[in-house]
Amino acid sequence: MNPRPLLSLAGIVKSFPGVRALQDGRLELRPGEVHALLGENGAGKSTLIRILAGALAPDAGSLLLDGAPVHLRSPHEARRRGISVIFQEFNLVPAMSVRENLFLGQEQASAGLLHHDAERKAAQRLLDRLGATFHPDTPCRDISVAEQQLVEIAKALLHDTRILVMDEPTAALSGREVDRLFGIVRDLRSQGIAIVHVSHRLDEVFALCDRATVLRDGRHVFTGNVSELTRTALIEHMVGRSLDAEFPRRHPTMGPARLVVRNLQRGTAVQDVSFEIRRGEILGLAGLVGAGRTEMARLLFGADRPDSGTIALDGIPLRIRSPRDAIRAGICLLTEDRKHQGLVLNHSVLENFGLPNLSRFSSLGFLRQRSEVAALRTYVDELRIRIPHTDQRVGLLSGGNQQKVVLAKWLETEAEVVLVDEPTRGVDVGARFEIYQLLHKLADAGKAVLMISSDLPEILGMSDRILVMHAGRITGEIADVPQATQADVLRLATAESLEPAGPTSASTP
Amino acid sequence: MKTVPSPLRRLASDYGMVLVLLALGLYFSAVTITTHQPTGKDAAVQVAARVRSGETVFIVTRRTPEDAAYVEALQTALRSRSVSMAATVQGEPRDARIALEQLNTGTRPLDALLTTSDCATWTILKDLTNRFPNLGTPSFLTPEPHRWPTFLTRQNLLNVANQIAVVAILAVGMTLVILTAGIDLSVGSILALSAVLTTALLRRWGGPDASTGSQFLASGLAIAGSAAVGLLSGTLVAGFRVPPFIATLAIMQIASGLAFIVAEGSSIYEVPESFTILGRGTGFLGVPNAVWLMLFLYAIAHLLMTRTVLGRRIQAVGGNPEAARLSGVNLPAVLLFAYGFCGAMAGIGGVVQASQLKSGAPTYGQMYELYAIAAVVVGGTSLAGGEGRVLGTLIGALIIAVIQNGMNLTGVQSYQQKIVLGGVILGAVLLDLLKRRAQKP
Repeated sequence: MNPRPLLSLAGIVKSFPGVRALQDGRLELRPGEVHALLGENGAGKSTLIRILAGALAPDAGSLLLDGAPVHLRSPHEARRRGISVIFQEFNLVPAMSVRENLFLGQEQASAGLLHHDAERKAAQRLLDRLGATFHPDTPCRDISVAEQQLVEIAKALLHDTRILVMDEPTAALSGREVDRLFGIVRDLRSQGIAIVHVSHRLDEVFALCDRATVLRDGRHVFTGNVSELTRTALIEHMVGRSLDAEFPRRHPTMGPARLVVRNLQRGTAVQDVSFEIRRGEILGLAGLVGAGRTEMARLLFGADRPDSGTIALDGIPLRIRSPRDAIRAGICLLTEDRKHQGLVLNHSVLENFGLPNLSRFSSLGFLRQRSEVAALRTYVDELRIRIPHTDQRVGLLSGGNQQKVVLAKWLETEAEVVLVDEPTRGVDVGARFEIYQLLHKLADAGKAVLMISSDLPEILGMSDRILVMHAGRITGEIADVPQATQADVLRLATAESLEPAGPTSASTP
Repeated sequence: MKTVPSPLRRLASDYGMVLVLLALGLYFSAVTITTHQPTGKDAAVQVAARVRSGETVFIVTRRTPEDAAYVEALQTALRSRSVSMAATVQGEPRDARIALEQLNTGTRPLDALLTTSDCATWTILKDLTNRFPNLGTPSFLTPEPHRWPTFLTRQNLLNVANQIAVVAILAVGMTLVILTAGIDLSVGSILALSAVLTTALLRRWGGPDASTGSQFLASGLAIAGSAAVGLLSGTLVAGFRVPPFIATLAIMQIASGLAFIVAEGSSIYEVPESFTILGRGTGFLGVPNAVWLMLFLYAIAHLLMTRTVLGRRIQAVGGNPEAARLSGVNLPAVLLFAYGFCGAMAGIGGVVQASQLKSGAPTYGQMYELYAIAAVVVGGTSLAGGEGRVLGTLIGALIIAVIQNGMNLTGVQSYQQKIVLGGVILGAVLLDLLKRRAQKP
C-alpha cells in the first residue's frame, strides 16, 4: 500500500532578504502518482518547486532521492537526476524550431556537427507519444500555448524524467486542451513517473490527482489521499479557517441597459458581436481560450480598434480610439495578463495606482502626491491590500495583492463600465472571495460589470447572466444561471453540434 | 502602514553613488596633499590676525592682481581694528626704498612690516634696521605656507565641475531617454550641429561685432534646431517603431553631416568676445556660469521627473509600455517629448561648448554620447528603462569628472585613465545587477 517514496523533502527552510518563504517544507512522492501541491499565494509552493528544480538551494532540510540524500546544485543536476520542472513561463526560444528547442543543450552531434536526421526522428517519436500533431521543424512561436506545453513535456521525457513538476499547467489552456493534457499525465503516471501538479483549480485536483500536499505560510499542513477529501476540507486546509461559501451571496437589482454593443467586428477574432449590460448586472462571458472574449473586451476598451460596430453608454454613442478615450468615457479593463499589461512591476504600488488617475492627482501638470497617497490608503483599507508601505514595489506582492492594486487603480477612475478578464487568475482562495465581494459591490452601485472567466464554477457562481463565445461569435446566452450546469456552458463553448447560430436560438431555457 | 521606508535606507539605495563620490574625493584629497602658499584674501586674513591693534605697520607688495587683492583685503581688515598704516607700497624695491626713506625722516618707529614671502627677500627690506635706524626693528609678517590637498582647493573643484558641465548637460536628456527604455546616440553630433549653427549665425550677423540680442537669437535657434532633430528621432521611435539604437545611430550620422555642411568643413572663429561669458565667465559665488546652467537644468529635470505627471508617465513607459498604454498613457507623445528634450539638451551643450572654446567646429562632441551614457549608467539608471533618477546622473557625471581630474593631478597617463574609466562603468553596471538580484525573491 505504501510503496517506497521516490523522493522525500523534509524540514526545508528557505529565507530571502526580509521574507521567510519556507519554514517547514515537506513533500513525499511515490512512483506513479499524481500529487497535487496546493496552497495560497505566498504559501511557499513556488519556492519549493524552485528548490526541486535545483534553481534554489535550501538553507536547511533534507532531500532524499531513492532514499539517498542529494544536493541539487543546479537545474542541470536536477535534470540529470530525473527531476524536470515545467514553469508557467516556458523555457522555449520562440524563433527556434520545436526540434532545436527539444535538443537545446544536448544536441545530437559528433565533432560539433549536428545530426539533424537523428534529432528529427527522436523528436517525432516523442511528439507521437504525446499525440502532438505539429511537425518538429515548426518554429515554436508558430504553435499554440498548449502545443508549447507539449514541447516542454517532450523535453522532460527526453531527459528520462522520473519526477515531473508542472506549475499551473492548465492556467492558459482551454477545456479540451486540459482534457488532453490530463490524458497525457495519466499516461505518464502509468509509466511510473511521479507528477507534481500545482494548481489553484480544485476541480482539477479531484479529477486528476491521487494525493495532495497543502502548504500554508511556508509550512506543511496536510498530506493525504484526495479520495478521502472534500472540496471544503481542502480549502480550509489552505486558508486555515472555515469558509461559509466559495462565492458570496447577492440579490441583484437590475435597471435598464447601460452598455449597448452592436455588431462589433474585428477580423475573424470578433465577429458580429451584439449584447448589452444592464445597470447593476454582472454579465459573465464564458468560452474557450481563443474564443474571442479577450479580443472583444480589448475592442470595448480601445486597446485594439474594431473594423465596425457601435458602442453606447447610457444611450450616448461612444467614439473609442484608444484606452485613453475609453478611460475618459468611463470604461476600465482589468487585463488577464496582470504582469505584462496590468502593472509596471518594478514600480511602486503608489505609482501603479496613480497611473490612470494622474489628471485627478495633479494641478497644472504638477503632482499632488499627498492626495494620491490619501486616495490609495482608502483602497488599501477597503480592499485589505497587504503592503508594508505605499512605495513597495508591486512586483514583490503576492498575486492576490497585485490584483487588488489593479482593481484599486481602476476603481479610482470611477469607471461606470467595469471589464474584468480572468479576475482571479493566480489569486489565492482568500483574496478571491474578497474580489468577488468587490465585484458585487460594484454591480450593486449601479455599474455595468463584464466578467470574463475560464473558471466554470466562478462563471456560474458569480454571473447574473452568461454569454458564451466560440470562434469569435456569441454562441449562446444563459439567462437562468442558478439552474445551469458546467456542461451547459461547455456545450455552448465548444459549439460542436451548433452551426453558426444567433444568440437566442442557442440559449438554454 | 508607513508611507515611505526609512529615509537613510532610501538614500543608500537611491544615491549609494554619493558615497562612492565622497570616497573618491577623500582618496584624491589624501594623495594630493602638498604645501600651498596662500595668496590674495586668504593670505590677508591670516596676516591681519597677527597684527595687534594700535600698532603701526608698513605694507609692501609687488604690483600683481593677486597682491592687489591681498593689499586691499589687508587694508579693510586693519582699518576696522585701528591699526595705523604708515605707508602702503605696491611696486618694485625702488618704490619701497623711496617710501622708507620718507618714513625714516620722522621719529615714529614701525611695529610690523606686512609683505609677501616673495618681497621679504628684497635686500632693501632685509637691511632695514641698518639703513633706516629711525624705524626701529619691525617684525616681518608674511603669509605662512600650509599643507592642503590640491584636489580640495576651491579652484580645482570648480575646474572639475566646469570640465564636466557639457557632458553632464547631455546626460540630463540622455537620462530621460534611457528611462523610456531607449537610447540616444546622436547627442554628440547634435552638439556639434548646435555649436556650428550658433557660430555660423553669429558670423553672418556681424562676427566679432554681433550684438547681445543676436547672440541670444543665434543660440535659441540652434537649440530649437537641435530639439527638432531630437523630435525626428522620437518620431522614428514612437511612430515607426524603429529600435532607438538604430534610429539614433542614423540621426547621429545625419546630424554630423549637417554640421560639416553648415560649417563648410572647418571651424568658425568669428564670434564676439562677449559670447564667451556663458562658457568662461563666472557668476554668483565665483562659480562658472556653465556650472550654474548645468545645475539649473538638473533642478528643472529633477522637478519634472519627481513632481509632474509627465515625469511619472516617462517612468511608466520605460517600466512597462503596454501597461502604461492600457492605463491611458499617450505613448507616442511621451516618447516624442523625451527625445525632443534630449535633443534640446544637446543643443544647449553645443552652445556652451562653442562659448567655452569661442568657436564652433563640426568635430565637437565626438564620443560625448558615450560619456553621457556612462554618466547615466554610473548614476544608477537602468538601461532596461523605468528605473533611475536625474540626480543620480549628476552624481555619475561628477564621479567620472573626479576620477579624470584626480588622475590628472596624480599624473596618471591618459591611456591608463581610459582603462580606469572603463572599469568604473563596468563596476557600476555590476553593482546595479547585484542590487537587482538581491531584490528578487
